[in-house]
Amino acid sequence: MNQWAFVTAAYGLAALATVGLVAWAWLSMRNAEADAEAAKRPR
Amino acid sequence: MHGYANPARFLKLARPATAWLLCVGALSLLAGVYGGLAVTPPDYLQGETVRILYIHVPAAWLGMAGWASIAAASISQLVWRHPLAAVAGRAVAPAGATFAALCLATGSIWGRPTWGTWWEWDGRLTSMLILLFLYLGYIALTSAERERGGEGRMAALFGLVGAANLPIIHYSVLWWRTLHQGQSISITQGSTIAPELLWPLPLTMIGFTAIFAAAVLMLMRADLARTKLEARLRRSAAE
Repeated sequence: MNQWAFVTAAYGLAALATVGLVAWAWLSMRNAEADAEAAKRPR
Repeated sequence: MHGYANPARFLKLARPATAWLLCVGALSLLAGVYGGLAVTPPDYLQGETVRILYIHVPAAWLGMAGWASIAAASISQLVWRHPLAAVAGRAVAPAGATFAALCLATGSIWGRPTWGTWWEWDGRLTSMLILLFLYLGYIALTSAERERGGEGRMAALFGLVGAANLPIIHYSVLWWRTLHQGQSISITQGSTIAPELLWPLPLTMIGFTAIFAAAVLMLMRADLARTKLEARLRRSAAE
């Protein structure tokens, strides 16, 4: 049993989850703040 | 805390704090992961798989700390009607669910070579799985309440009741001695892990915690911006 395969899988999953969470949070924030800012401008 | 009850004051602090937390988190994680993968020796029993410790333990800590934060926000909302409490609860839930799921997944990957099984209905594993389901229930409840324009009181009550699972997770390794190992690190009794294996753990703990906090701040900012937009649209429709 190659132990490094398990270590790589665990770290890969952790990287994916962490980067995914930060990217999703950043995109949500950027889009919501841009929409709020756009609504503030007079039409 | 009430000084930051004003969303404008909160945003003034949250904007620079998000960037700082991301920088500190990334640097600390890089150092911890490098130490955990390339510097520390393999364990005499578990071999290389012991390196999963540096991501599994922070994921477990954040899964539990996330729900403790939801419970604190729920008290703040129900007792003091803090205007940011519901926003904080809604922002913590997806981040906490991510780390609870990561804890279960990395634990399963670690369990296969160590215990010979991916999963066992052990007390610690089962109570952690219940925590993940609680997060999913809380996310569904807060979304439904927000859509209906509610104050989020049901979700706050759910957050408080769900906190009963936290001591069950913590003491599960003492109450049901099945597969998961007992506590290795204690604030009062120190650590049973060798120092040459332990040192990257505080780095990854700080790194993941800072990134978790940054994600929560970003989700709170998104929630506040959406609320502001909805209020503006309601005002425009009324005029």
